[in-house]
Amino acid sequence: MASATAGTPRSRRRDHPLWFLVPALAVLVVFFFVPTLSNFVYAFTDWSSFKSAISFAGADNFTSLFSNGTLLNSLKVTLVYAVLVAVFQNLFGLGLALLLERDTAVNRAVRVAFFVPVVMSALAVGYIFQALLKPDGALNAIIGWFTGSAVSIPWLGSTTWTIVVVAIVHAWKWMGLSMLIYLAGLKTIGEDVVEAGRLDGAGRWTMFRSIRFPLLAPAVTFNVATALLGSMNGFDIVQATTEGGPGGTTELLNIYIFRTFGQGLFAQATTMSLVLFLMVAVLAFPVIRYLRKREEVL
Amino acid sequence: MTAAAAPRRAPRPRRRIGQPIAAVLTAAAVLGVPFWLVVATAGKDQGEALDPDLSAPSQWHLRENFATVFADGRMPAAFFGSLLVMVPAVVGVLVLGSMAAWILGRRGGRLSAAIYALGISGIVLPPAVVTIVLLLRQLGLAGTALGMIGVYMGMYLSTVIFFVTGFVRTIPHELEEAARVDGAGPGRVFIRIVLPLLRPVLATATILICLYIWNDVFYALFVIGGRIDTLPLNLYQVASAGLYLQNWHLIFAYIILMSLPLLVTFVVAQRRIISGITSGAVK
Repeated sequence: MASATAGTPRSRRRDHPLWFLVPALAVLVVFFFVPTLSNFVYAFTDWSSFKSAISFAGADNFTSLFSNGTLLNSLKVTLVYAVLVAVFQNLFGLGLALLLERDTAVNRAVRVAFFVPVVMSALAVGYIFQALLKPDGALNAIIGWFTGSAVSIPWLGSTTWTIVVVAIVHAWKWMGLSMLIYLAGLKTIGEDVVEAGRLDGAGRWTMFRSIRFPLLAPAVTFNVATALLGSMNGFDIVQATTEGGPGGTTELLNIYIFRTFGQGLFAQATTMSLVLFLMVAVLAFPVIRYLRKREEVL
Repeated sequence: MTAAAAPRRAPRPRRRIGQPIAAVLTAAAVLGVPFWLVVATAGKDQGEALDPDLSAPSQWHLRENFATVFADGRMPAAFFGSLLVMVPAVVGVLVLGSMAAWILGRRGGRLSAAIYALGISGIVLPPAVVTIVLLLRQLGLAGTALGMIGVYMGMYLSTVIFFVTGFVRTIPHELEEAARVDGAGPGRVFIRIVLPLLRPVLATATILICLYIWNDVFYALFVIGGRIDTLPLNLYQVASAGLYLQNWHLIFAYIILMSLPLLVTFVVAQRRIISGITSGAVK
């Protein structure tokens, strides 16, 4: 019946002609696939702004980036940053969603306020926090007011902790989006499920841990996946707060690519761009598949 | 029954007062402090803003600072530059993306599945930003608005194809059939029947992509940096010079002005924006 109304395969093909795909595919091929494939070529050349000719250089870029430690450092920093952002963004987003769950006027207004950073430029957010986190900045002044003594913590100057601070700033910018997704997820949980749990005598914490949180699995999938992808491609916030410092401890792959490109070392930048591509390709798909599988268990 | 209900009702009034207070205090601490820092510093003169802190300016200089960054940060040029790359890119991805998505959502078979998989791969995979610059040079598009538009289209077509293909599958075939019986070709069916039906999903995609392009600085730095002004590119310049010269008041004045267009749009259309963004996610 359904296939009768949809027409025979032959007429369906005529009704939905393939040439409709051509413009989109042309743009994708020229501006996405060709550059991506060229990545695999130019990473093996000595392309730079200092020479007019581009010649084959084998795996030189990889060996030099590997042996001077930048490759592994940038990879490690990007990974750690992505995981930290995913954790903080989801903790903050879920916390806000639970805090603002009830549909009151105050809660609606506060939700809108928490969405403002999402709408703002990430670069702007970075500069705001650079000012806020200076050793003689506002955050230390607030802490000092509470403790009663002068505080001058160099939030953006620690080779160990600055990456955590910057990841928190990144999570601060995007937590409003995660909050919205969690709120939408909480709304899909039926009143009957909650009521059944209450009749079984579940307290607030048990109710959250064993009933509501597992039912949020689709929201968790979306939030973790977008947070991981967004932060692996991160640039703006780190550039505006630390520019990759101190001592390269927050140098994401994109920061490195931007810096070396500016120095005219195009082949090195391409190599790192390829590394980023491979890292995302290798990590993203298994992570998404794993999260999807967790949903299916329900 | 009433006896069982009574003890449960007891803690309620406290929570009713406690929850709004907690919500407002959280917002004040987490959002209020950074936003106040921006407004207060943007209202100070250079001497007072040297070390940005939470004190109110002794005298408000907001209007002077706005005037300064408006001229020195080339804001009108940046605003129109941002529009110049964003509007064609968004219209382009919406039209080309929904054309492709209509076919991909309607036709079965391995070819369509393969094209669909390729088409949405860009959602996950990062663009090859360095070789894009090389390609644009070879095409003669380096530093041009057209090149930037092409790059953004290549990046965000995947998003449109992903959203719209899913939506197309939920539209009943019969709506198209009726027009076809009247003798309409695929072009007319698409424009008259399909495109209007796609409005809700296209609205969501528009919001997301506008947000990304309007705020993008990374890809803009590679493709049009120094050639065309956009708001984030000029913020980068103002801030790079400003941090060197300790002009925090100007950086923050610029941030306020540049955030206004999106903020106003957001406040006006917040309900639609929020429902649009959440609708696609929790499925």
